[in-house]
Amino acid sequence: MTTRLDLDGATWTRISPKYKWPEMGSYALSGLVVAALSAFTWFSGQWWSYALTAAILVVTILVVAFVPRRVRAIGYQLREDDLLVRHGILFLRFVAVPYGRMQLIDVNRGPIVRALGLSDLKFVTAAASSAVTIPGVPAAEAEKLRDRLVELAESRRAGL
Amino acid sequence: MSGWQPGPVQPPDPAGRRRLDQQPSPRRAAASTAALDLTDGEWHRLHPATPLLKGGIVFVVILGIFVNNAREQLLQFFIPGPDGHRGGGGGDDGDPVDYVLNHGLIGLVLLGIAALLVVIIGIFYLSWRMNTFRVTAETVEVRSGIVFRTNRRARLDRIQGINIQRPILARVFGAAKLEINQAGHDANVPLAYLRSASADEVRSEILRRASGTREAANPQTGSVGQPGTGVIEQRLNEFLAEPLGEDGQPPQSVVHMHLGRLIGSAVLSGFTLFMVAIVVAVVVSIVTTGQYFLLFVFLPTILGSFSYYSRRIVKSLRYSITSTRDGIRIGWGLLSTSNETLPPGRIHSIRLSQPLMWRPFGWWEVKINRASHSSTKGADNQANTTILPVGSKDDVVRVLGLILPELVGLTAADVQIEDGLARGEFSAPEVVAAQPQRAVEESTRTLSLIEAGMTSAGSEGGFTTSPRRGQVLRWFSWRRNGFRTAPGALLLRKGAIWRQLVVVPLPRLQSVGVRQGPSCGDCGWPPRAAHRPGADRRQHRSDRSAGRHRLLRDRGSRCGRRGAGRPDASLARRRRAWRRRRSSEPAAGGVSGRRAGHRRTLVLPVDPSGRRAGHRRRALALPATG
Repeated sequence: MTTRLDLDGATWTRISPKYKWPEMGSYALSGLVVAALSAFTWFSGQWWSYALTAAILVVTILVVAFVPRRVRAIGYQLREDDLLVRHGILFLRFVAVPYGRMQLIDVNRGPIVRALGLSDLKFVTAAASSAVTIPGVPAAEAEKLRDRLVELAESRRAGL
Repeated sequence: MSGWQPGPVQPPDPAGRRRLDQQPSPRRAAASTAALDLTDGEWHRLHPATPLLKGGIVFVVILGIFVNNAREQLLQFFIPGPDGHRGGGGGDDGDPVDYVLNHGLIGLVLLGIAALLVVIIGIFYLSWRMNTFRVTAETVEVRSGIVFRTNRRARLDRIQGINIQRPILARVFGAAKLEINQAGHDANVPLAYLRSASADEVRSEILRRASGTREAANPQTGSVGQPGTGVIEQRLNEFLAEPLGEDGQPPQSVVHMHLGRLIGSAVLSGFTLFMVAIVVAVVVSIVTTGQYFLLFVFLPTILGSFSYYSRRIVKSLRYSITSTRDGIRIGWGLLSTSNETLPPGRIHSIRLSQPLMWRPFGWWEVKINRASHSSTKGADNQANTTILPVGSKDDVVRVLGLILPELVGLTAADVQIEDGLARGEFSAPEVVAAQPQRAVEESTRTLSLIEAGMTSAGSEGGFTTSPRRGQVLRWFSWRRNGFRTAPGALLLRKGAIWRQLVVVPLPRLQSVGVRQGPSCGDCGWPPRAAHRPGADRRQHRSDRSAGRHRLLRDRGSRCGRRGAGRPDASLARRRRAWRRRRSSEPAAGGVSGRRAGHRRTLVLPVDPSGRRAGHRRRALALPATG
């Protein structure tokens, strides 16, 4: 994995490590729900029905165990001209959005995320495929980031 | 009528449809001022036939139901059979028409139908009364609705295009539907219906205002109804006339569509392959099993295919594309016509494509991407984005010649001019004078690069392609997948079987993404996607060496820079930085020097082959803090 893409000399701003809790919670919950559903196959009395549930649980545990690592992999940096966001460990995704291309910026707060004092930021450009999200930004920082980005977008607005 | 003067405005018309010797009739003068009246900022109603045209479908439906139910009786009426009147069993067979006839209820039913029609016509009349529009200096506004009132106002400077549609029924009435396209889904402003002649005038007036020239409209320049003595003759003239361009002249299309090529392109499409597969499956199933069920399953599809072919051909029959003062104008349709004007700067990217079966003939299709969604359906019933349904390479070059100067030429020219100004080579007035010419020159260069890229593969034509190890993921297309920069644009070339070439103007790039999946983790060629406006369309995905990638992404983001006050200044900086970067791009496996003293310093340790050990980390483009 030495060939993983990265930018040298770049300082990524990491999102709050607290974001792993809602993520782990939601993965664990959905995993448990699927496992519970699979438990109905136990009535068939086949051996594989137990194996199925066990497999689901194992996968869920693995996924949950990797959440902190994945959360640490999410980062962004404000470069001179663009916002660069990275996601993922196995499936790396970098997206660079020029400030002038941002059409609007959403700040979302779910109940759990809000309890932890975090916000999710979502950036929308004119291309639907280049919607970029930065989850788990501390609320105060999110507001600041949004205002900063709106300001930058305003000053470099490019007409559609 | 005040501004109207008879003068030598009418150019000779080779078709002889226009009568030069005829004095302008009062009707004509009225028509020429109609647009002025319509765009004077006051509220206006639409064409009086609008309720009929909009409601026409209802009448057709009612008539259809009637005919469907009464077909036996109608047949009987027109072609009396030998056995006289078919004795209905007192309505027992459930045929409503029989029932009505046998119970003497004809009068009642006719009354009911008449009442229904009156109500419907009344509703349509009311909705026509309530449907008003006005065109002011800055906006166009439409009010409609009886119970639920809607009011839509659109800024003229945000217009993405204006489409004039003349459905066959509307053409009979001399009406046209004007649709003003705005960016976004369901954001169009329809003016249905206007008088055919005034629709053209309203369009040119709106576009003139939108382009910022607030000059007083000269009624002579607008296109007007053909002079005719009677209403019928005038209608006929309108019906036969080409969609008028500016100066009242039918526009000269740069591409002429041949019927043979049109039919050939429809027959040699992917859809035909699909149809052939179905027919083969049906024949095989009949021969082997002796059962006919597959035939019945696919019969509607087979019949439907004919409508697909005929629609495709009829729609493109009178295709025309011209460059007018207001933008590029594209005309479609034989019976129901549509005529769309795209003002400059509203095209976001161009895609040339060539299906496999078109290759022997050298045909290409050109589509564009834009921010608005026209309600006109294309030949494939999708939103119409085609600007050249089928054409030879020469046709493609001619069409691109219309589009490119403003799409990429201006960007490239601005960059050059900025460079020149910075070096003090020429002065500002010279620049202004030289700009259009430079734009054309630059776009010619881009065009030659596009031409070279249409069929090329490998590094031919200066394209950067996927490395050889990309063959594992892209079996056939790894040599063709490639990108290169051109003046003012990015060219994306892909597809070994279905050839494609996408031209994305740099100012239109929305964002650039890089993705690296596990399969690529050790080989360093992640797919890349450049995002442009348009619903969820990933323009380009192909495999690249990581370093090229990085460069591209960085480059792409630079493209987004645009100063608010002087957009072109940052554009130029971007372009300079970019060229610098290109010049510092090593040919193979080299290390470029640092270039100090510029806004950006680049370090490019590149090992494009990636085979040398110790060079696992490939190209890195570092934006230094400048």
